[in-house]
Amino acid sequence: MVGAACAYYAAQAGLTVTVIDRGPVAGGTTGTGEGNLLVSDKEPGPELELALLSVQLWHELAASLPSAIEYEAKGGLVVASSDDGLRALRGFAARQGEVGVTAHEVPADGLGELEPHLSPGLPGGIHYPQDAQVQPALAAAHLLKAAASQGRNQPRSRSRPRLRLRLGEEVTGLLTGADGAVRGVRTATGEVRAPYVVNAAGTWGGDLAKLAGVELPVLPRRGFVLVTEPLPRVVRRKVYAADYVADVASGSAALQTSAVVEGTAAGPVLIGSSRERVGFDRSLSTEVLRRLALGATALFPVLAGVRVMRTYTGFRPYLPDHLPAIGPDPRLPGLLHACGHEGAGVGLAPATGLAIARCLTGGEPPVDIAPFAPARFGPEPLGPGPRAA
Amino acid sequence: MARTPAELVGAQPEPPFEITLDGRPVPALPGQTVAAALWSAGILAWRTTRVGGRPRGAFCGIGQCYDCLATINAVPNRRACLVPARPGDAITTQEGHGRAELSV
Repeated sequence: MVGAACAYYAAQAGLTVTVIDRGPVAGGTTGTGEGNLLVSDKEPGPELELALLSVQLWHELAASLPSAIEYEAKGGLVVASSDDGLRALRGFAARQGEVGVTAHEVPADGLGELEPHLSPGLPGGIHYPQDAQVQPALAAAHLLKAAASQGRNQPRSRSRPRLRLRLGEEVTGLLTGADGAVRGVRTATGEVRAPYVVNAAGTWGGDLAKLAGVELPVLPRRGFVLVTEPLPRVVRRKVYAADYVADVASGSAALQTSAVVEGTAAGPVLIGSSRERVGFDRSLSTEVLRRLALGATALFPVLAGVRVMRTYTGFRPYLPDHLPAIGPDPRLPGLLHACGHEGAGVGLAPATGLAIARCLTGGEPPVDIAPFAPARFGPEPLGPGPRAA
Repeated sequence: MARTPAELVGAQPEPPFEITLDGRPVPALPGQTVAAALWSAGILAWRTTRVGGRPRGAFCGIGQCYDCLATINAVPNRRACLVPARPGDAITTQEGHGRAELSV
């Protein structure tokens, strides 16, 4: 999704873009997410700034992209399990409110009005109307389609489309010139020449960085999702337990689960969330599935009588400080990074794409991207002069 | 009258019993699935699709396609082609997901 957004905004800025993906569109983490566009789970700071801009950009994109992307400005509801938990949520929301997040406290007796199936007896929660959702695979595909049609109305660009898609083609190396700067990429079937290469390889962004000879410690953080049979609207918003915020921010490699429940336009309810660092292990963990089901039915008892049709797993691109890598890499001129967004890539994609497009065209990024500096983990850049590819 | 598999194999089933579709009596033989009983009575559709409200009944007949879903004894989404008919089973035409009562 981040790659699609980079392509979209770069094409919109008038650049010619080639999207290279070793798989199909949304074949990686994008296709295994829930499509959340969240501000609610982010504490004040650079990521929230990026999220607030992204939520606004998604709203604009939704107006121009087909309704098939299933954009829903449904809002989020964070539910506390104890009075202490509610106090903590209240403080968190107050700090978010200072930087532009809309958050309304919902008393215990108001929860049922927002979510009639929510378990009775919960102490209260916070409603975040800015949270939204898309169907991520469709959104990525339509974003690329829209990128491809950029500039179509201008006669000069007729013969040269602004966007080319090379799917099923893996990047095997970077091309560099005599001055040491990037000149394009090598793939299994040939070379693609370009003055700039954007690393939007998601969870595999560290591997691509390695091909470029730079260090970017992207690690996979595994998650499972349960998918119920199609239902009418049973859950109106994205509803999650307060401990989700702590789990997202945690650096632990051990298994953590926190209940996240949301309906979809297609009917099934999606149930998350789990986090564990187990490499790229795809094997099914019944322990995780059990915990997800328990968490969801504790929030929504009605789900106990509903069947789960399937489950899927994916790998969030995790960077040690939970912030993405966005912007030019000072260690290799011409290389930019747009990866490592962990579980928020779909949500953060538009602002990331816009920032990358501005970097590519010499403009001012829409938010301060210094905290996302790609070289923040690695060794200092080498001095000027040629370097081996 | 069309020949049936029961005739072709010379089956001698136990006496028939009754199930209902939307309250209307339908005869069934021991060992028949709900879908087979409905088909034998000339009924081809017992569900409508979620989006277009189009009629659906048995398609593959072997439990793979999930087209024949029916609400059987108030439980939605049962595969009629796999569920054996039992005396008194109440089949109801399933509208869409069959969970309308959960809608909020």
